[in-house]
Amino acid sequence: MWLFFQKLASPKYFYNFSGRLIPWFGWACLALFAVGLYYSLIEAPPDYQQKESVRIMYIHVPSAWMSMFVYMVMAITGGIGLIWRMKIAEVIAASSAPIGASFTFLALATGSLWGKPMWGTWWVWDARLTSELILLFLYLGVIALNSAIEDKRIASRASAVLALVGVVNIPIIHYSVLWWNTLHQPPSIKASGISIHYSMLIALLLMAVAFKLFYMMVVLMRARCEILDRERNTSWVQELVSARSAL
Amino acid sequence: MIFNLSPFYLLLKRDLTLAYRHRSELANPLLFFVIVISLFPLGISPESKDLQGIAPGVIWVAALLAAMLSLDNLFRSDFEDGTLEQIALSAHSLSLLVLAKVLAHWLVTGLPLILLAPFLGILLFLPEQAMLTLIATLALGTPILSLVGAIGVALTVGLRRGGVLLSLLVLPLYIPVLIFAAGAVNEAARGFPVAGQLYFLAALLTLSLTLAPFATAAALRISLS
Repeated sequence: MWLFFQKLASPKYFYNFSGRLIPWFGWACLALFAVGLYYSLIEAPPDYQQKESVRIMYIHVPSAWMSMFVYMVMAITGGIGLIWRMKIAEVIAASSAPIGASFTFLALATGSLWGKPMWGTWWVWDARLTSELILLFLYLGVIALNSAIEDKRIASRASAVLALVGVVNIPIIHYSVLWWNTLHQPPSIKASGISIHYSMLIALLLMAVAFKLFYMMVVLMRARCEILDRERNTSWVQELVSARSAL
Repeated sequence: MIFNLSPFYLLLKRDLTLAYRHRSELANPLLFFVIVISLFPLGISPESKDLQGIAPGVIWVAALLAAMLSLDNLFRSDFEDGTLEQIALSAHSLSLLVLAKVLAHWLVTGLPLILLAPFLGILLFLPEQAMLTLIATLALGTPILSLVGAIGVALTVGLRRGGVLLSLLVLPLYIPVLIFAAGAVNEAARGFPVAGQLYFLAALLTLSLTLAPFATAAALRISLS
């Protein structure tokens, strides 16, 4: 078991292993999306107040969850790369940033579309929206720093420091709707109990898992490209490329 | 671990002497602060009623930008002439030395800002009962700006065009300070209690005072590698 993890830390082994993993994540994600979309668009009842527009929730809430989850993945793998100089952790952190930024943007955009019919406005400067916007800026800062530094390994370590400093924002986003009583509603799913109907909950959880699988698939795809780019001077990548071009 | 404080004082003294010998450079961020604030009455409206409402936000945003512009001096010249590498190589804790540099930077840029702010408050018709809160938020907030900004400068010091990137990295981290500080001054202008926001700023200051030097030291070591 321990040996497996040690082997996984080598870029070549990780490249091959993740290549075999991607189709599994891909098909599982597709199946869950199909079921999840069926549940969220047809099976789940419309809200008694919000009517059909409540269905935006099944995209909005999972992408908001993912925006924080991906940031934590980025910060933790960045920290691992910073401390133990693990190449794979650096690669995962660097490939997570653009995906996380997309999820954050999706959460903000769907929230805005949902806010127009419900609150009567596209945007309010409420605590949760503002902190989610700061999260987007943090992601963009990490991406900018990553691309500004020529040496990829130094870039990874520098953006890991930035990501770890930005972690302060995550609890602020998470608790903003509890600390400040603003327009955004408090979460419906908490450790102490769930305040939505189980048919809505099933659809939401299916979508959340589908989003997570989607992230796993895309992050592995991006990581494979990143590995090829970073290891382009090693013999195994050159063998791989020459074998491909010979075909 | 026992910290030897004498290198801290030596570096602080050196940076303050250097700043004193380059007095004209010191004035630039302050002039920027004053000019930006004087643009608002010209651009929005000279009516005291309008200015009163935006005064806390304008003063704080200008302070934020002035602090950010002055950040570049923090490590740049030391990086270019190699002093920074010597500092990093010394046997003393780099975090402590970073703290000395940040303290010197705050003394020459943050402190004058605090002294200047009441006059600008008068220019923008800030109600008198909010003046003390404005000074208190600046006293608590500008050290945070220097401490957090130091992380950003340390990350970008090795890059040729780090200036714009620096603002992209640092401004999002400044937003919480802006929210609580400008909020406190606004509340004070309306005559409400502001203890909550001030405590929050003090908490942010404690957090950045204890953790930011370590992050800055780590970032400096990456930039110097």
